[in-house]
Amino acid sequence: MIEVSNLTKRYTGRTAVSDISFSVARGEIVGLLGPNGAGKSTTMRILSTFLPATSGTVRVAGFDVFYDSVEVRRRIGFMPENNPLYPEMRVREYLKFRARLKGLGWRRSRERVATVMEQCGLTDVSRRIIGQLSKGYKQRVGLADALVHEPDLIILDEPTIGLDPNQIRSVRQLIKSLAEKHTVLISTHILPEAEMMCSRMLIMYGGKILAADTPENLQKLMQGSSRIVAEIDAPAEELREAWSLMPGVEHFDVSAGADNFQRCALTPRDGYDLRPAIFMLARERGWMLRELTGSRHSLEDIYVQVTKPNEEEEN
Amino acid sequence: MQIFLTLMRRELAAFFFSITGYVIIAAVTLLSGLGFVVLMTSLGNDHFTATVTEMFYSTFFFWLILLLATPVITMRLFALEKASGTFETLMTTPVNDLQVVAAKFTAAIIFYMMTWLPTLGCLFIVRHFTNQSDALDAGTVGGMYLGIFLTGCLFLSLGCFASAISQSQMASAMISFVLGVSLFSLGYLAKQIPATAQWQAHALSYFSLFDQMNDFARGVVDTRTVFFYAGATFFFLFLTLRVVESRRWK
Repeated sequence: MIEVSNLTKRYTGRTAVSDISFSVARGEIVGLLGPNGAGKSTTMRILSTFLPATSGTVRVAGFDVFYDSVEVRRRIGFMPENNPLYPEMRVREYLKFRARLKGLGWRRSRERVATVMEQCGLTDVSRRIIGQLSKGYKQRVGLADALVHEPDLIILDEPTIGLDPNQIRSVRQLIKSLAEKHTVLISTHILPEAEMMCSRMLIMYGGKILAADTPENLQKLMQGSSRIVAEIDAPAEELREAWSLMPGVEHFDVSAGADNFQRCALTPRDGYDLRPAIFMLARERGWMLRELTGSRHSLEDIYVQVTKPNEEEEN
Repeated sequence: MQIFLTLMRRELAAFFFSITGYVIIAAVTLLSGLGFVVLMTSLGNDHFTATVTEMFYSTFFFWLILLLATPVITMRLFALEKASGTFETLMTTPVNDLQVVAAKFTAAIIFYMMTWLPTLGCLFIVRHFTNQSDALDAGTVGGMYLGIFLTGCLFLSLGCFASAISQSQMASAMISFVLGVSLFSLGYLAKQIPATAQWQAHALSYFSLFDQMNDFARGVVDTRTVFFYAGATFFFLFLTLRVVESRRWK
């Protein structure tokens, strides 16, 4: 569905996307994951034909985004970042306008608007003015707009940003339900979100794709270096000594916590689970243990993890 | 065609969605009404040889409307879409750039002509109370509206261009106001320069908006003038189109 090869986009004095290649097959839900400024939005804007690439080729459904841009636009539904809408229009009126703009006939556009409003839960607000809707509803209007002409490919740039947890859940449900009929490309900077929705994730950082894999495999990649946090009521010196003697501890950090407790952050060597050893140690010495957690990896850790080898190579 | 009409209808409707459209209509009606009052008093006081429509242009209200209303009408067209991001949603649908520019300009000129509708009432009053059918024959009235239309086209195309190159409505309005005033001043200059000067005066005569409007008001339609206005309008619309397209070569 999407074939990107050696895509580069330079703005004056800044390279937003540098030499990336990836492809997305029909029916996949692919997440483009990365921190702000990683080049996600730029990539999506090029895919949606809004911006031209500096070099490289991008084909959507077999059409080049630059030379056959109208053909590409017929086949995509794009919801840009921040979901811009015309705030003065009413929901049904807006969707009808968009459907007509996308070349649907009068009758067909009426049917499709009714269908997508049903699908996105907008039927109750069809006569409301968009500017007065809550953010969750606005987001659904944006989604309905992306769906209205039954595109092959749906590109959503941060569809859940700024929503409350309930709204996020319903938007996620909706996106998941699209998988049957459409190919979906979503960008996000929230790792669990991508895990939940996507069959494959592309991790972007600094304009490059650092990793492309299924969420499960990426998690496995991370398993080796998870961090353990333990809060123990014991003298700091003794704790330091104990950690330096404990097998499987690669790195530790002890800092004073509240109420005499010491907060210890431990990085295990590959494959070690330190938690039983920590519990045994505390029991042996009669220390009070009040917290023992294996910290979950934030997206940042993944970036750190995936960017590391590259930086070493460069140095 | 469907896309053009859909876009044009939305653009036209957008004038009425916000208060701006009504403010423009009210302001134009007020100014043209004031012009009408001035016209009526001077008709009553002195002996004039000029036709009623001609008088209408010689009051400065017409120029005030042209210079002030057109930037306000056009400032929204591209600048607002770019500022709010809807330009991106618009340009990623299967529309081509020409359709967008044409639809926006057409909506603007239709709205502009709508703001002039109340002046028909003024003409009707004149006709009703003077009982002179030759004071307002179809030729002079038609010429007058053709003049309004053509000058409107030119100034609105300037405004379209200004709106396309700016990100904010305010900047857009200011740029088109400056462009409009410059054009207007050229016309003023053309009036001041003695006819003895050679090609300079000849070149400037194309910009003498006053004389051209006077001709229109008398019902004289000079094809050179019509071509000048149409050509200049197309020129600025072409520039606008290039600006809209420019995002594809940046």
